[in-house]
Amino acid sequence: MSKGVAITGMGIISAIGNNVSENYKSLIEGRKGISKISKIDTIHKNAIMVGEIDFTNKDFEDQLGLSADNNYSRTAMLGIVAAKQAIANAGITDIKKYSTGLISSTSVGGMDMTEQYYYEYLKNDKHRKYIDSHHAGDSTQKIAEHLGIEESLVTTISTACSSAANAIMLGARLIKSGELDRVVVGGKDCLSKFTINGFKTLMILSDTYNTPFDENRKGLNLGEAAAYLVLESDKVVKAENKKVLAYVKGYANANDAFHQTASSENGDGATLAMEQALKVAGLHPSEIDYINAHGTATGNNDLSEGRAIVRVFGNNVPDFSSTKPYTGHTLAAAGAIEAVYSILALQNNIIYPNLNFKTQMKEYDITPQTELKEKELHNVLSNSLGFGGNCSTVIFSKSQ
Amino acid sequence: MKKVYINSIASISAQKTFDNTRFLEEICSYAETVLPVVSPNYKDYILPAAARRMARGIKMGVVASKLALEEAELENVDAIIIGTGMGCVRDSEKFVSAIIDNDEQYLTPTSFIQSTHNTVGGQIALGIGCKGYNFTYVHSSNSFESSLLDAKLMLQNDEANTILIGGVDELGAHTTELHKVVNHVKKNIENSLDILKSNTEGAVFGEGANFFTLGNEKKSSTYAEVIGIKMYNTLKSSISDLAKQFITSQKIAIAHIDLVILGNNGDVTFDGNYNELSSELFANTQQVYYKHLCGEFNTASSFGFWLASKILKNQHLPKVTKLNNINDSSFKYVLLYNQYRGKNHSFTLLRKC
Amino acid sequence: MEALKQELKENIIEQLNLEDISVAEIGDNDPLFGDGLGLDSIDALELIVMLDKDYGIKLTDPKEGKVIFESVEVMANYISANRKK
Repeated sequence: MSKGVAITGMGIISAIGNNVSENYKSLIEGRKGISKISKIDTIHKNAIMVGEIDFTNKDFEDQLGLSADNNYSRTAMLGIVAAKQAIANAGITDIKKYSTGLISSTSVGGMDMTEQYYYEYLKNDKHRKYIDSHHAGDSTQKIAEHLGIEESLVTTISTACSSAANAIMLGARLIKSGELDRVVVGGKDCLSKFTINGFKTLMILSDTYNTPFDENRKGLNLGEAAAYLVLESDKVVKAENKKVLAYVKGYANANDAFHQTASSENGDGATLAMEQALKVAGLHPSEIDYINAHGTATGNNDLSEGRAIVRVFGNNVPDFSSTKPYTGHTLAAAGAIEAVYSILALQNNIIYPNLNFKTQMKEYDITPQTELKEKELHNVLSNSLGFGGNCSTVIFSKSQ
Repeated sequence: MKKVYINSIASISAQKTFDNTRFLEEICSYAETVLPVVSPNYKDYILPAAARRMARGIKMGVVASKLALEEAELENVDAIIIGTGMGCVRDSEKFVSAIIDNDEQYLTPTSFIQSTHNTVGGQIALGIGCKGYNFTYVHSSNSFESSLLDAKLMLQNDEANTILIGGVDELGAHTTELHKVVNHVKKNIENSLDILKSNTEGAVFGEGANFFTLGNEKKSSTYAEVIGIKMYNTLKSSISDLAKQFITSQKIAIAHIDLVILGNNGDVTFDGNYNELSSELFANTQQVYYKHLCGEFNTASSFGFWLASKILKNQHLPKVTKLNNINDSSFKYVLLYNQYRGKNHSFTLLRKC
Repeated sequence: MEALKQELKENIIEQLNLEDISVAEIGDNDPLFGDGLGLDSIDALELIVMLDKDYGIKLTDPKEGKVIFESVEVMANYISANRKK
């Protein structure tokens, strides 16, 4: 278990860009992707804001060259777009040359289609092709097919909002243990009435731009996105003379075991996750240069996560910010989106501003970074915290 | 690397398996194409205050986890890793239909919260106060196998010493109806025990929860050792070739396999892979099957894993599971093979302790 | 007012699936959360929907529920004063 885990490729599509460079441009220009919803007809359209991707399903079908009788959910199409970018970015032309797996995550799966044709399915066969694309594994299978991954380890993780961080974690462990030479990891989720209404019932959707770590935060904006990383073993990196973007240095998952949806006030689970990830990385808290926080802008998350950060870093809390004001909360994709942003931060020695922040929270005195900041970065820590008390931390580093 | 042992088992299925002192002596047969579980008295295990929001899947998972922990004499574990194809599908159905029926108004949060795939894992952690690693795999017929692989890696590398794993799926009425209209469920059957003779397309659907505690130390309760697990998203070559490769990679030979446990579900369109193994590579090996007992569901293979554990510990084959008659005892190596509708294939190799 | 309290108790039991509790066991002034009936934040969200659906009262901040759902007595008073249906 002493092997390195190199990141050699990444791909992303989100509300702030259709590829890595567009996302980076938006990040440094402070350009938000949050707007009124246009692609889903919901009665809440005037009461919420979302991070929506401009392309329609038809646009994606054309881009991917899918036939008219395809049964791809929007989740699957977002995933394929991002995963293909990651493979191209890693310079992989023959995927079968090394044993390659795919670990992907989603929370909604094919729910976007199911909620449209739920009763119609029983009446006529027009859209029955989508019945098979409902389950969470379907979008992962389709990505594998588009990447040419065959007879290999392909699986799906769904642990709510920490899902993609957990996919990265499993991928790293598969490389470290020698189970695979190469693994594509990440997550995807599209917007759906199901999640909009679900979060609405929890009364944690903001009617305006989300404001992480702000005293007057009103809740989150949902977003849709997909992002994937290519992880490769030392063996492949050496044999192929690969350019390494960054390394997955540490990771941990812990459970709050406090409440079904809410985080404990003192952030027990998040504290454990950060502490253990530092241990796996062999890093001291003072060696973390930037925290890409989960920071959803709900009352509960930001209080709990902030307290956990204070518990772990004491009086030396590194610069931290949440990028949710740019993209919205992209659920099972969030950990992968923020992994790409963390790697870009390392590559460019840049810390992104926590947009929309105005008022200091009363419960603690740490303040997010609110302006774009240039600083030499070596290690970036990224948090992803979810329902079911699921808390994950991944640490990305410049050097092995 | 440390070894991986199955230290306890628990099963809630369409058979009376929750009583672990029994081993398929009394068999339930069904004349329907959908087999619900024989439920234990959930109230004996879950307090009413906790049970009031739990759909059947969560109850099954929570009770099966309690039974498994009890047998291994564990109060807590280092990690909880769950496999579920559909999660709590009843709550998903409830929330989707509420959205449509009420035009997105007057919706309440409970069914949405419960519909999240990791609800069972989260509830178990909440119940026993487990702050450790908590993962949920949701990859069709490889959901349970993914949890097994993850647990195996952790135990071998000493990242954990005790892990609770489980496969759980519940039947949802609307979802079952949808699978009926696309012929994934058989039209009708006379007797669920005869599904392999049906010669029709589709499967008999089921549900269940099969939970296990795994550890890297052998105990008096140990059932078997987990030797290998491998998954394949697709099948491009032949299943016999993959089986040979897998067995060779475990440093044993075909002849060492004493028992093959197959996931046949009687679907004429997709049983070919199983038939190829049973009629060729393993023609002279004892074979058993189980989906006529528990029905087909995304984590039905966890029932096969339960069956393998029971057989290895008791060295006894229940008659109702036999596909052929080669031998009745002396089982050392057991190979499991499963797939669903030609996708997500897996081999699991267990050894007697 | 008595009829409203009776109705509230029945609805609370039904909506929150409190199978093992009867109307007679809920006192007008018993705390609904914490040590009393033992309800939690998810139940509070359920009750907010009940206020909207049955009495036309819309709460926008879940924190308001903490005060209103103190007991059946407090709830009944609040509903009588604010109901729209």
